[in-house]
Amino acid sequence: MTEFKMNEAELEKVFQKRIDDEQKIEPKDWMPEKYRKNLIRQISQHAHSEVIGMQPEGNWITRAPTLRRKMVLLAKVQDEGGHGLYLYSSAETLGISREEMVEALQTGAAKYASIFNYPTLTWADVGAIGWLVDGAAIVNQISLQRTSYGPYARAMVRVCKEESFHQRQGYESLMVLAFGNAEQKQMAQDALDRWWWPSLMMFGPHDADSAHSSQSMKWKIKRKSNDELRQSFVDQSVPQAEYLGLKIPDSNLKWNEERGHYDFGEIDWDEFLRVINGDGMCNRDRISHHVKVHNEGQWVRDAMRAYEEKKRARELKKSA
Amino acid sequence: MNQNVNKQALFNYVLALGDDAITMGHRLSEWCRNAPFLEEDLAIGNVALDFIGRAQMFYQYAAELDDQGRSEDDLAFLRDCRDFRNLLIYELPKGDFAFTMVRQMIVDLFNMEFLEQLTKSSDERLSAIAGKCIKESRYHLRRSHDWVLRLGDGTEESHERAQRALVDIWGYTPELFMVDESEQQLVQAGIAVDRAALMSVWDNRVGQILTEAKLQKPEDSWKVEGGRRGVHTEHLGHMLSELQFLQRAYPGLQW
Repeated sequence: MTEFKMNEAELEKVFQKRIDDEQKIEPKDWMPEKYRKNLIRQISQHAHSEVIGMQPEGNWITRAPTLRRKMVLLAKVQDEGGHGLYLYSSAETLGISREEMVEALQTGAAKYASIFNYPTLTWADVGAIGWLVDGAAIVNQISLQRTSYGPYARAMVRVCKEESFHQRQGYESLMVLAFGNAEQKQMAQDALDRWWWPSLMMFGPHDADSAHSSQSMKWKIKRKSNDELRQSFVDQSVPQAEYLGLKIPDSNLKWNEERGHYDFGEIDWDEFLRVINGDGMCNRDRISHHVKVHNEGQWVRDAMRAYEEKKRARELKKSA
Repeated sequence: MNQNVNKQALFNYVLALGDDAITMGHRLSEWCRNAPFLEEDLAIGNVALDFIGRAQMFYQYAAELDDQGRSEDDLAFLRDCRDFRNLLIYELPKGDFAFTMVRQMIVDLFNMEFLEQLTKSSDERLSAIAGKCIKESRYHLRRSHDWVLRLGDGTEESHERAQRALVDIWGYTPELFMVDESEQQLVQAGIAVDRAALMSVWDNRVGQILTEAKLQKPEDSWKVEGGRRGVHTEHLGHMLSELQFLQRAYPGLQW
């Protein structure tokens, strides 16, 4: 047994050395069980966020105001679904099935980005999600392109390209509103008022309060801390809001010459916890919708399987 | 033939094709985030995108022909039920997955024949649009054909649902082949497709697919029509109230 322990410890040492040397970990490589679990948690959570995120945006597909906007939005929601698919595949390389992940989502064992528990009430919300929510996601995902697990890093490269495109589209559609008539401008401002703080919450708790952060940083699953990422997001978003002539709803927001960054106010952490723990406007709707659609699709998936089996049996018979 | 009558007839014809495409695209887009599994959300979204893109091409052309100077979006978002000219089959609610796929197979088969003929139109613009759309329809049909086989020859439940869908849809199919006077003039001018002439090929091919899928072709016991005259099911008004909401609530703005 001592020998086994030695081996385990040695393996971990070699593993950490590879991480420190910036080598990617691949599915067949040895990895500590906690590293595997931590990654499954993070990647599946990311996949679920993409899939649940289809709901608030999909909410506007049938009401988009022009044919072009409708096509752009539909294509965007499809892209999110596609991201969900490659992220589920990345997680599957770690030895968990998509069925298990979906079940964890539906029972509440796995989380998804809490921001999707806020409702999309007006057309401006679709633009605001593109600009702010995708913008915040990109800040996070750019750093994840260098994450230590190879399949996740490669998925992020592809996801980032598409997300940047979505962010530009979202910003552009909000620009039309911000430069439109008084009602449209008000619609854009209202969307910013409602989405700003939840977007900052997307980066998670302060570094000191983050449960998974320090181990994830050591394993280079995470490359930058929550607070660092949040700061980059604020710094990039302030001039974008100024260009739109919209006001970020934070009276403490101010350029700090010394730090070379914007100072900003404190997040309402009570709200953060409330929404994460299930009391956001849409938490129940998001999961019950997912469950309902999944259950309604059961007979279709059964039919598909039954047909494939019959077909295989017929082919076997023919070749026999 | 009077030049103006001809132009008006052409406008009506192109507009009707746009209406067919937007109503179909709208119904399919309702599946996005509601499909039986994630891959299907994406696939059905692709088909929806093709139809909305098709609507855009027809409406753009119609807008150029329109003497009231309306834009493609005006045509889609600012006409009421009585002015919509789509065939009824396209506006029917999406129903369950069997209804959606059986309808899709029926209209994809129709569109393959229709677009093939439209590529031969003496109107170059229509012929070019048809040339682009027919490639999409080939892919749509491959998918809807596969699905009808899976559902018809899958489980008892899927078979029953597919058979029920077929019965519920069947009376809307004769309208696919009804040609009114204004359209007849365009057929004679070599611009429009003689839809009546497509019926026997379509009927044969539907029959083949249904046999392969172990489904019963329904009796021709009922039919309804009216879409090309602006007489619709009650479902269309609700679709339009959703489709047109923003343009109606905030008129005259850019989006």
